[in-house]
Amino acid sequence: MATKDSGVSQPPFEEIVAEHGPTVLRVCRAVLGPVDAEDAWSETFLAALSAYPRLRANSNIEAWLVTIAHRKALDQRRATSRRLAATDEVPERPAKDGGREGWESGLWEALEGLPLKQRQTIAYHYIVGMPYLQVAEIVGGSEDAARRAAADGIAILRKTFSKGEAR
Amino acid sequence: MNERDLFAALPTIDEAVNGRLHQRLVDAANAAGLLDVAYRTIETPVGTLLLAATAKGLVRVAYASEDHDLVLERLARDVSPRILRAPARLDGVAREIEEYFARRRSTFDVPLDLRLSHGFRRTVLSHLPEIGYGKTASYAAVAKAAGHPKAVRAVGSACANNPLPVVVPCHRVVRSDGTIGQYVGGVEAKHLLLALESAA
Repeated sequence: MATKDSGVSQPPFEEIVAEHGPTVLRVCRAVLGPVDAEDAWSETFLAALSAYPRLRANSNIEAWLVTIAHRKALDQRRATSRRLAATDEVPERPAKDGGREGWESGLWEALEGLPLKQRQTIAYHYIVGMPYLQVAEIVGGSEDAARRAAADGIAILRKTFSKGEAR
Repeated sequence: MNERDLFAALPTIDEAVNGRLHQRLVDAANAAGLLDVAYRTIETPVGTLLLAATAKGLVRVAYASEDHDLVLERLARDVSPRILRAPARLDGVAREIEEYFARRRSTFDVPLDLRLSHGFRRTVLSHLPEIGYGKTASYAAVAKAAGHPKAVRAVGSACANNPLPVVVPCHRVVRSDGTIGQYVGGVEAKHLLLALESAA
């Protein structure tokens, strides 16, 4: 329990969810697509809630959440690969609430064609607005490598998502 | 195509999506024992009340005049920042408060968490339920009941800082001359509560 007179105190976690929830969901959607995005969001915010009291004052909360979401996305990909390796057939996952609704633009089909790390780089830079240096700290590699990965990914998306643009 | 516009094609995030994810987080937090403080608001004849509960019990009832945002910030500081809007934990309290304002209930029997009150103030609060529904007691009488007959002013400040107004009935404490005295929810609310109870 914090002492009554501690100067800096953290806002209620509810405020963190309200302020950053939508951006983190957009990141999860761009990185993982319609089926896994909401699971990743939920795991991210549960992990964040758990660690929140230990977060240092004046931390960049958005970057902190994106870092957690990044790890959760990697965990999820690893779990999916293990599952696929363990069974011969691709498991049919039941459509969840909200499943593919709103995804008619074809954006996911275009994003899915990119390597995971490229999707992450693009999402953190263009959805969250992180500078490439900060993106590199999360995805690994250099600032230049992150900038190049994003440029390459965007160039591909310009071709593969041209249909969506016309709508 | 502007790169940022690309992501305008992601599905919109509406109330339904936010509500679904929020509920999922609340359920998972509850299951993991991470929901340190749950809160909701309730509309009553004395205005919107904020209700907050720990796993132990009701920890805070706040009038709108106390500024609910500020009250939540203080709960984050004094109890835990793991705070979520999670009405389910407060269903029982909300029902009892509704029954109270409908004159179908005269005592509250939900578990209380008195951790926001300390020392003599806590002693005072623990004696307030002895003042029965529809009755009043003077600050001096409460001071006497709490074992410090001379601590009349301290009783006043204990009532003014009651973290659980309405449920812990500080509104039943009035001045010795019969005038109503002050109240954390405003004198008007105190009048309303006393009138409600005396009409039963």
